[in-house]
Amino acid sequence: MDIFIQQIINGLVLGSIYALVALGYTMVYGILGLINFAHGEVVMIGALTALTAIGLLLPAGLPGPMLVLAGLLIAIPVCMAVGFTVERIAYRPLRHAPRLAPLITAIGVSIVLQQLAMIGWGRNYHTFPALLPTAPHQFAGAAITDLQIIIVLTAAVLMAGLVWLVNRTRLGRAMRATAENPAVARLMGVDVDRVISFTFVLGSALAAVAGVMVAANYSIAHYAMGFMLGLKAFTAAVLGGIGNLGGAMLGGLLLGIIESLAAGYIGDLTGGFLGSHYKDVFAFFVLILVLVFRPSGLMGEKVAERA
Amino acid sequence: MSATNARLKSRLGIALIAVALAVLPFVVGAGFGNSWVRIIDFALLYIMLALGLNIVVGFAGLLDLGYIAFYAVGAYLYALLSSPHLAQAFPALFAAAPGWPVWLVLPLGAGLAGLCGVLLGTPTLKLRGDYLAIVTLGFGEIIRIFLNNLNAPANITNGPQGINNIAAVHIGGHALNRPLELFGIVLPGVHLHYYFFLALTLLVIFVCVRLQDSRLGRAWVAIREDEVAARACGINTRNVKLLAFGLGATFGGVAGGLFASFQGFVSPESFGLLESIMVLCMVVLGGMGHIPGVILGAVLLALLPEALRWGAVPMQQSLFGKVLIDPESLRLLLFGVALVLVMRWRPEGLWPSALRRRELSTHAADGA
Repeated sequence: MDIFIQQIINGLVLGSIYALVALGYTMVYGILGLINFAHGEVVMIGALTALTAIGLLLPAGLPGPMLVLAGLLIAIPVCMAVGFTVERIAYRPLRHAPRLAPLITAIGVSIVLQQLAMIGWGRNYHTFPALLPTAPHQFAGAAITDLQIIIVLTAAVLMAGLVWLVNRTRLGRAMRATAENPAVARLMGVDVDRVISFTFVLGSALAAVAGVMVAANYSIAHYAMGFMLGLKAFTAAVLGGIGNLGGAMLGGLLLGIIESLAAGYIGDLTGGFLGSHYKDVFAFFVLILVLVFRPSGLMGEKVAERA
Repeated sequence: MSATNARLKSRLGIALIAVALAVLPFVVGAGFGNSWVRIIDFALLYIMLALGLNIVVGFAGLLDLGYIAFYAVGAYLYALLSSPHLAQAFPALFAAAPGWPVWLVLPLGAGLAGLCGVLLGTPTLKLRGDYLAIVTLGFGEIIRIFLNNLNAPANITNGPQGINNIAAVHIGGHALNRPLELFGIVLPGVHLHYYFFLALTLLVIFVCVRLQDSRLGRAWVAIREDEVAARACGINTRNVKLLAFGLGATFGGVAGGLFASFQGFVSPESFGLLESIMVLCMVVLGGMGHIPGVILGAVLLALLPEALRWGAVPMQQSLFGKVLIDPESLRLLLFGVALVLVMRWRPEGLWPSALRRRELSTHAADGA
């Protein structure tokens, strides 16, 4: 029982990170119908930028949480700039191109960002310093650390803020209008280009936070960390119903819990044949199962086929 | 008169190309050494791979980002059936290395890869194309994870170390990796592989050309251009897409088997996402859906790493005094940049088909 609760807690932590990244995928997909493969790399850039910033600020002798906050405050604008630039340079010129074109571009952008990061930060794994308190609290027979609590709470606050922004502000209304029908939104006076830019910037900011969370949670950062994370977050977005904000959050949490339960129990279930190093495989099976049985996701409407 | 002249000219051209291809390994081998013949052999493998992916991406317009997984399936099947690994890992089940003839193993690998393609395509191909991209991306990664980890508790793939001692292809009792003396000329192993791969590449090209002009090929193009309209014309879009996906995978499986036999060694490292991207890059850069273009793209990109090794390293050393970007990441960086630039400025590729160029330019006009 203890292990079960422990895995649920780990899953929630992982899931809130997935959810933050999934929101970036789902917002862009909702508006442009584009899978932004480069989104995972933005997460990686966030983590590594924060790492470098913290490394530079370390001699200043600030307390740990302040350092992390400073790292975040530097990583967020950097990621926003990356997201903005990528949209402007790579995706915007292709907005009316055949559907295959932006997908291929997205793959290209992802490779470019990854290789640039490799040139900048090297091939090695970097240790993310343990700046946040990790003393475990006992909770129903399982341990939960301050760091984990901080991750879940931050993610919750950010998601609440995003929901408020999309549903209650003028800009949010413009986003929803653009997602519904860009041409009509333009006729109603919405600056569609600005809305799309803003969507990328917003998603990238969330990705930056998620990147710092991943790095802090596993105390490691690496130039290739964005790929798997991006794939899983996309799965989470599909699981929840792509294009749907609530769905991305639900899908992220669910996928995190599924993955950590599966990683915890697969050894027992298969009599030791498959071990926890297969944990990356589950997200993929979830994706296939969702696509077979409920392609619109848990909370999505029917997937419209665009010709 | 001029018609016969033109026919004569084209026949002469074909004969010249045939002679050039026949003497190529000797010229290259004499001029640059046999390691370059080896590179040409690999280029032929890449041509086969790229032509297979071209069926999926170029003809049918489906983005497959895990194509290398089918190559891996073919390679590992060949490796398991032609090396002592299984006999060593499971002495109770396999008495000795199963020395199966290549004419059996290659079609088996092709079939298994095709089957994987169909199994993967069935749930995803009825959905929007984007899902196929992400599912194939995941599939490529999953295959690699399994290859990496299926060494315990039962040692099937030998994990990250990979499988070695893979027997080379035997033709007429002669192993292709041993030199053969023919009419007083000694042909080294790389030359023999060259002719073997060349023959298979020509076969693949022939199949591709015939497919392109067939009823099925026209159905693929119709789906690529407008799926709804294609369905309205009575094309069973799901089955036709599935055929494209399965056939592409089959080609990948064949190339994989050849790769395993040529290299004599396979490990999960050869089948990463970046390899998939490279093959995609060959198709996109050369010209999606145009067979000569794809061949050009494959040759260019297969030779690129060598060019970078010879060119980029000394250049960086003379400019900056040290190597800032190693050739491997420079190569990947160039792939990424090429994908972005080609899509932006020349979506029809370096050597486009006339049809495709017309379509893409009208698309661009629509957008403006």
